[in-house]
Amino acid sequence: MAKKIFEGIKILDFTWVGVGPVTTKYFADHGATVVHVESTTRPDVLRLAGPFRDNEPGNDKCGFFANFNSSKYGITLNLATEEGKNIAKDLIIWADVVANSYTPRVMEKWGLDYESIYKIKPDIINFATCQQGQTGPYRDYAGFGTQGAALAGVYHITGWPDRPPAGPYGAYTDFINPRMGALAIAAALDYKRRTGKGTNIDLSQTEGGMQFLAPTILQYSANKESANRSGNQSDYQSPHGVFPCKGEERWIAIAVSNDKDWQNLVNVIGNPDWAHAEKFSTLSLRIANNGELECHMWSTTIEWDAYELMNQLQAHEVPAGVVQKTSDLFSDPQLKHRKHFWFLDHPEIGNHSYDGPSFRFSKTPGELSMPAPVMGQHNEYVYKDLLGMTEEQFVENLINDIFE
Amino acid sequence: MLKDSNSESFLGPYRVLDLTTEYGFIGGKLMGDLGADVIKIEPPGGDQARNLGPFFQGQKDPEKSLYWTSFNLNKRGVTLNLETHEGQKLFKRLVESADFILESQELGYLDSLGIGYESLSKINPRIIMSSITPFGQSGPYKDFKSSDLISMAMGGYLFTTGDPDRPPVRISFPVSYCHAGSEAAAAAMMAHWYRERTGEGQHIDISMQECITWTLMNTTAHWNIGQNNISRGGSIRTNPTTGVATKGMWPTKDGYVTFNIAGGPARADGMRYLVNWMDEYGMASDFIKELKWEDLFIPDMTQEIYDGIARDIGPFLLTQTTNDLYKRAVIGKILLAPITTPPISLESPQLIDRESFVEIDYPEFGRKITYPGPFVKMSSWAPVISRKAPLIGEHNKEIYCTELGISAKEFIELEKNGVI
Repeated sequence: MAKKIFEGIKILDFTWVGVGPVTTKYFADHGATVVHVESTTRPDVLRLAGPFRDNEPGNDKCGFFANFNSSKYGITLNLATEEGKNIAKDLIIWADVVANSYTPRVMEKWGLDYESIYKIKPDIINFATCQQGQTGPYRDYAGFGTQGAALAGVYHITGWPDRPPAGPYGAYTDFINPRMGALAIAAALDYKRRTGKGTNIDLSQTEGGMQFLAPTILQYSANKESANRSGNQSDYQSPHGVFPCKGEERWIAIAVSNDKDWQNLVNVIGNPDWAHAEKFSTLSLRIANNGELECHMWSTTIEWDAYELMNQLQAHEVPAGVVQKTSDLFSDPQLKHRKHFWFLDHPEIGNHSYDGPSFRFSKTPGELSMPAPVMGQHNEYVYKDLLGMTEEQFVENLINDIFE
Repeated sequence: MLKDSNSESFLGPYRVLDLTTEYGFIGGKLMGDLGADVIKIEPPGGDQARNLGPFFQGQKDPEKSLYWTSFNLNKRGVTLNLETHEGQKLFKRLVESADFILESQELGYLDSLGIGYESLSKINPRIIMSSITPFGQSGPYKDFKSSDLISMAMGGYLFTTGDPDRPPVRISFPVSYCHAGSEAAAAAMMAHWYRERTGEGQHIDISMQECITWTLMNTTAHWNIGQNNISRGGSIRTNPTTGVATKGMWPTKDGYVTFNIAGGPARADGMRYLVNWMDEYGMASDFIKELKWEDLFIPDMTQEIYDGIARDIGPFLLTQTTNDLYKRAVIGKILLAPITTPPISLESPQLIDRESFVEIDYPEFGRKITYPGPFVKMSSWAPVISRKAPLIGEHNKEIYCTELGISAKEFIELEKNGVI
């Protein structure tokens, strides 16, 4: 028997964009049957966001969408029709977990909100995640993880103190909340196993993001201090920064937190005279004179190949790492060793990369079992084989545009 | 206010032994929010990370680290010297009745003490152990030294963030530790589902580097499909597909907002709302009033049109406060968000309505402190903050004497010998 954690668990997935699809991917890549529901009139917006194979825009050519939807079945269903809504309800009865990442009004409009689906399946686990939660005056504020990161406070503390916020790359809270979503769903499955009760899970992406920055809330509450962005400086370490190396856009990150690491760093860079100055002789002096120290570091590291310097420093147990470009990740020996990237044959994109999980189970390894679905790829399998629709019903629905 | 957790709670029947350092504190906290009995195990004298700030009113005292308390609430706390034989014996007794272990000790450290996964699984085959390390349990970089900055660099995130004329820049807070810690909790619960079906526990190997690689959004696809390396652009971003440079960060009368100019079916109403509002102030040009927003989705935008729109919108945003812009964004469905600071969060009508913050009484601080509440809301049982973060060894007697049945005499002996 293949050991897959969620073998037999069925997830009906109305989610789109980032948080929802990445959350259900945890389950899909570990054996759950996940059916991702879209419609041709309202495809997942990530399908249109690029990058596209051969730079030709198309719903089925986008690598960004594909990456978050491995191992899932894809169907199209027109929820603007009565029959479409009825089929959705049949799918809900089939499912153990229903997931959505719309603002609450969308599922309410379709009659597929928790209150409604509870009536047809009382022990359903409903995972609902949106920008600001299912309740409250701003519940229907729609936004992506970019807005989430601003609201959670990530933007304010990213960048240089003398400049406007730099903006953390990407829809940052989209990569915080799935970890919490997966935890909540797995816990809810166990709760149902023990008690027979389903549950409604309300994960506000703003609140999820705030969890990571909890100390900044306490700091304000206790001390009336507002944490600010501080570049790469640390209160506890010096040198602690990003320094240039040989080549275009080559940088190394170095973080020295004690005298032993400092001595080792000085030895690796060839014991220059400046490093023996009194003003750099203790950690607190280095922190006090960090600006000057950084100038020396810049003129030193610029002579080095970034990987050579990293390897030498690490050989002496000094925390150092190349500021890796995305292309570097694909040749990173550690990520290779862990087989982080999976390469799957997608019908429209061809062979391309997917991110695998960040963890390895000793007994139940994850498996990206299928590339992401093209629009409606598994209509026949899901409607007929999983839901038991007859050929006649299937064709009738097809003709009536129910699967649009 | 603290509320009692109860046996109906999500994870009420389960015990978590928390051997994490700052690399993983948040994992136990999240499981605690769901009602698990989480025991934070610290060396005698307390975790090293109790020396990390910010501190309560600047008092550098291990009991007053706001950093430590933030991520260790909903846990009980004991001290235990795992480097002594007696300490290891005591730990093994705790493992007998535990369900999960979360740990982020240096690679090989627990094995060297005879309390690695292999040994513990012989005592309790059902145990699930989540281990966080910077790069993973095996591989060429397994012994590399790390820190938040190094993980952000090696995972590929640092390269994407910052202003182009300065070095790549981190998020000024060790978020990589929270990524790894919450991933450890999620993976542990996944393994739990397998255990309940088969009776088998297992070991989980979490790589902080991979957790960071998972935050890169679309950059891995941009390289793999488009041979495009996304690099830092500050608040100006050039769309790799259309080549249009757009601005994300805009100054307001009293702060900043993030706002991306684009139309298309989902955004048209919000853009029209904004233009009408600008028009009330006489700040909307004929050009911007006549735009067909439906036809200006990101792939259809040209630099010329974008710059024309920005010329009107930039000055208008400067006339409004961040808070007013946010309120109008909610009403008019404008895709705009305030650059939020803690005081703005604490006054958010939404967060207040949802009771997203809790006040916890800290007798040792002589006052209440405001925390973010549980990470999630549930209908069948409400996650709660039921405990403040423990003092050093606060629950030693409760756990060792009352629960493990160690006699008072033995307890004093253990204290004297530096075991607890």
